[in-house]
Parts: sequence; C-alpha cells; structure tokens
Amino acid sequence: MATERFDAIIVGGGPAGSAAAYMMAKAGLKVVLIERGEFPGAKNIFGGVLYRKQLEDIIPEFWKEAPLERRVVEQRLWLLGKDSVVTMGHRNEAFKEPTNSWTGLRVKFDQWFASKAEQAGSLNIYETVVTDLLREGDRVVGVRTDREEGDLYANVVVVADGVNSLLGKQLGVHREWQPDQVSLAVKEVIAMPKEKIMDRFNLEGDEGVTTEFIGQLGGMAGLGFMYTNQETISFGVGVMVSDLKRTKIRPYELIENVKQHPMIRKLLQGGEGKEYAAHLIPEGGFHAIPPLSGNGWVICGDAAQLVNFVHREGTNLAMTSGKYAAEAIIEAHAKGDFSKAGLYGYDRRVRESFIHKDLKKYQGLHGLLNEIDPNLFDRLPAALNDAAYQMLLIDGISKAEKQKAAIRGLREAAGGTANLIKLGIKGWRSING
Amino acid sequence: MHIVVCVKQVPDSREIRIDPNTNTLVRQGVPAIVNYYDLHGLEEALRFKDEMGAEVTVVSMGPPSADKALKQCISMGADRAVLVSDRAFAGADTLATSYVVGMTVKKVAEEFGPVDVVFCGKQTLDGDTGQVGPGVACRLDYEQLTYVEKVVELSDKDKTITVHRHLEDGIEVVKTKLPVVVTVLTELNKPRRASLPGVINASRFKPVVWTTNDFADIDRAKIGLKGSPTIVSKTWVPEPRKIDTKMLEGDNVAVVASELIEQLWSTELPTRLGW
Repeated sequence: MATERFDAIIVGGGPAGSAAAYMMAKAGLKVVLIERGEFPGAKNIFGGVLYRKQLEDIIPEFWKEAPLERRVVEQRLWLLGKDSVVTMGHRNEAFKEPTNSWTGLRVKFDQWFASKAEQAGSLNIYETVVTDLLREGDRVVGVRTDREEGDLYANVVVVADGVNSLLGKQLGVHREWQPDQVSLAVKEVIAMPKEKIMDRFNLEGDEGVTTEFIGQLGGMAGLGFMYTNQETISFGVGVMVSDLKRTKIRPYELIENVKQHPMIRKLLQGGEGKEYAAHLIPEGGFHAIPPLSGNGWVICGDAAQLVNFVHREGTNLAMTSGKYAAEAIIEAHAKGDFSKAGLYGYDRRVRESFIHKDLKKYQGLHGLLNEIDPNLFDRLPAALNDAAYQMLLIDGISKAEKQKAAIRGLREAAGGTANLIKLGIKGWRSING
Repeated sequence: MHIVVCVKQVPDSREIRIDPNTNTLVRQGVPAIVNYYDLHGLEEALRFKDEMGAEVTVVSMGPPSADKALKQCISMGADRAVLVSDRAFAGADTLATSYVVGMTVKKVAEEFGPVDVVFCGKQTLDGDTGQVGPGVACRLDYEQLTYVEKVVELSDKDKTITVHRHLEDGIEVVKTKLPVVVTVLTELNKPRRASLPGVINASRFKPVVWTTNDFADIDRAKIGLKGSPTIVSKTWVPEPRKIDTKMLEGDNVAVVASELIEQLWSTELPTRLGW
C-alpha cells in the first residue's frame, strides 16, 4: 500500500477526469489521476467537435494553447439516398469570432488537457488500471490498482472511467449495457494534404466544416460524420449495437460501404487511413442517468451516461460534469464532509445545468428510436431523395402530379399515412416534450 | 556493491513508419521508450539490489525530455538517476557517445562511490550497432562481457562475476574480476512492472542533470558532432546466412530416423563434441 493519502483520486484521464483534476489541483487539493492507457487519449475516440463555452469556463482562452484543428464555420446535414443526397446546412462567418466550436483530435487534446492538470499540481499516473473500490462500511475510501502495493486512499474518489465503467458497476449505479442502450462509433482518421482538404470543403485559413449524414447505413438507426481537421479528416458512423446485432453487419464493413457513396467517395479519395478506432457511446439518455454521488464518491462523464446523443456532446458534458464534481468536492473539502450529503452539491449542479435540461428535453427520443423501425433511417431519406429528383427532373409531367407522387412516396416509406403522422408527432414530442 | 545502468531513450521502433516519398523514418508522433535491452540490464541490477542490497545508479545521455526514461527507471526501483544533457553532446556517434558515457561513469564513481558493475543493453533499437557498451569498457579500462544471457554469480567478497555469454555456436561461461561492463540480452530476465509507490515516487522525481560544465577535464574535441568521425555511406539489410537444408521424407519413421543419424555422423558435429 502507498502510505500517502490524497484529498481525491480521479479514475480516468479523459475530459471528465482531467477537468476534475485540473480544477481541484488549482484549488490546492492534493489529487492523483489514474489512467489505464499509456497516455491520456490512448484509449479514447472523439467525434471531433469541441465547443468553446464549456472548456472556456474551466481554462479561459484555452484556444491559445490547446491543440485544436479547425474553427467550424459550417455545419452540414446530409440525407443520403442510394446514389444521391438532399443537403441542408448553415455557414456563417459569425461562428468564427467568438469561435463556437473547433474540430479536434482526442489523442492530442486529451494529452494536453491532462498535462494542464499536471501543471496545476495533479499527480498523473498512467498504465495503471483501477480494479476495485476500497470501502469501509458504506463509504468509498480509496481504490485498488493492478500494480504491486497498489492500494491508494483518499477522501473522495471521482469515477470517470468511461462508458464501460467498471467502477460504476461496482457502485451498483451502472448496469451492464443492453445493446439498445449503447451505440458503437467506428471512426477513421484519414490523412490528406491540407490544400486538398481546403479545396474540397471550400475552406480558407483555419476554417473547418462538419458534415453529419443520415441514411444508407445498412438499415440501422444511426448517424455518420465527417469532420475536417488540419491535415486529416475524421470520418465515422455511429449505430445502435442492437442494430449491428440484428443485421449482422460488421462495423468495419459498414464504414467501408458508406465510404463508397458517391458523395463521400469523391471527398475522401486519395486520402490515407491513419487510425481506426471503435468506441461505445452511451445512448440511454435521461432515464439512464444514475445517482451521481454517494459516500466518498462521485461519477462523471460517459461513466454517468452524460451524453447528449442528439447533439453529440459527450466531450462537452464530460468536461462540465468533471468541473461540477470538482466544485462540489472543493466545498466538501472545506466542510470536511465527504458523505453523500456533503457531496450533494454535485448532483444539484448537474440538475440545475444545461446538461440535465438538455437530456431531459430529449428524454422521449431514445424510446422513440427503439420503437420505430430502424429501416426508416434508410427509407425516409431515400424517399426524400426520390421526391427531390422527381421535382427537379423536367420530363413533361406536371408539378402537381409530381408533388402527389412525392407525398405518396414518403407515406409508403413510413408505412402508411397514420405512421407518417404518428412519427411526426412522436418526433416532435420527443424533442419538445 | 554499486551498479550503474546505462539507458537510452529511443523511438519505439514498433511504431516507426517509413515515409514513402522521402524514404526516411517518420519520427514525428512516435512514442519514446527506454531501449528495451537496457531495461533488462536495469532489472538485473535491481535483482542484486533486492538480493544483496546493491546500490543502483541509472545514467543516460540525451535531450531534457529523456527524463521520462529515467523516471521509469526510478519507478522500477533505481536509487538515483543522472541525465547528461547538453546541446554540445548532440549529434554524437558511438565513439563520442562512449567517451561521454565513460566520463559519466567515472564521475558517478567519484560522486556516489566506486562502481563495480556497469550494465548496458547489447545494442539500441535505433542505432543497432552494439558498440557503445564495449566502447565504455575501453574508456574506463574495465573488463567487458558482451551478449550476456545469464549472471550466474556476482560476488561482493571476491569482487568477481560469472556469466553465460550467448555466442553463435554455443554458450561461453566466463568469470572475471570487477569492475566490469556487461552488455545484456533479453533472455537475461523479465523486467518488473513498477509498484504503485514506485510510480508515485517517480512522478515527483527530478534527475540530476550534468552538462559539459560539470565535467572538469572533458575534451570538447571529442564530443558531439565534432567528436564523431563516423560517416554512414550506405545502409543495407544483411543477407540471411544460407545454410544447406535437406528435407528427409519417407513413410517409415525408423528409416527416416536412421538416415538422419547417418547424415549427422558425416558432419563435423561428432568431432566438435569430442565423440
């Protein structure tokens, strides 16, 4: 056993853990951060968009030093048909100053963020797995690691060990995931010369563009993404694990198939695959959020299911929850009370924040996704593409007839008028309910 | 007993790629690790620390970022670590490197007590020459034992060491007087994983740093690029040695076996084995 005692042990060197470690170390607490990877970011995958607001609250003007890729000036949404696309999007110079979001690569970003915590005084330990929580009665008093003499004691343990939270399971706040509660994101980082990226995506300087797409994902409920970095493109798809199970399509086959779509192939061609990674993302939504603290512990980030799966804001929410946890622990430290009541400031902060409000807003959506036929994710965009094609094709058929045919096509894709209306209402309610 | 272990921080060759356009190594983003032969030297030193209370000093020559390599050695249990770091040392070939490492071991002996054993890896992952260990032995005028796969005995009383050297055609058992430079193979042992207190200790550790100014009698003509006469005119992968191979085939195992024995008898093997 290490004889040294700490104020807090943080398990996990992702954005939640590093945010918590940074804030506490800065407040003068004696903290140790334990990460299982060779370095922070080694085990992470990142959709690739980092928002200014939340990180700015932790590290003001972070963009002057953080390893960021491009400032996002345009967001595109594509509805893919088989060989076609209906596009939507918004581009605005106003997104630049102040910058709303950046694209980023987690391997670089996480190392930087953890090093900020280290500079603030956090003791960071890598290549070390926390296997157990140490308890005295109903209190968590420390952790056991996989190293010799590996027990370590502290007043509070911050559980930030990610989506497959081993410690969350031990705390009983984290059930084994069901296939319909998690999605699998498969991501590739594709290297391409800077000039090519800027030409193909219509960018100048450090401008970047994010593209998200729906449809042509092998009949699965899911979303694809393509983000421009400096000299790479992050490309990937996220689909429900239950759909992968049902369709028996392998994740790498899925990503390879999507890359062949004519819209995407032409943007990526000539690029060289640099990294390939897969990561689970909790999609359980509002109803899956566990109790966030107890006697001697708090749980943050993905481990606590804090992911807004509509807006892909996992990193964002992770950092903010880490910050809230740190603030609550700093209060608890001042009072000398690390019981559930003493740490309740964390639960309260989350519940008062945008995290909770946003997750609550979309609480019905997850249920909806499970309820509707996942084939709709292919059929509806396909019908929309077909409608667009027919409307724009000049072939002597009147516009009124074409309009009728388009509505008929959408209705059939949804499985009848009743279904289409139901889907509309449910979708609206799940987002605005 | 005072043991010095020489380590080098090298790019992890398992992650090195060749740039197809320029045909050079892509070093950018390649993680730096402790040359793994050196870790086996450290493990052996730590074994003698555990068994007979030997004192273990790790030395390395490299840029300031090599302190990460030294921290790893401290986390495993080394008592102290010295980083020899100065821009003037940069660009050194094996001649200049062994000169500086030799000076360093001498200074370690002066500052922290006489040195009995110096462990080096048999070669580095990035240079692959295997020249620095023997070079250091020459500079120090120590005995040298290369390609050691087992230390049979290290005697503090007699000041001797007995080792197995792994040679191409067999194993040589050698005993010699201390002080000695030993270059080691990976067969020697299995390097330990640091304990948690070791890791915590290492994360706060700052190595002793020596620059050229710390070496009073250093000859500046012998260090860095100036002291490096090596010119790499060309590199190539040596042809694997060709050995005559025959396949004996047949359905009857007994016949094949007796054929094998006959063939073996006709070689020089029985004579060499003294049969």
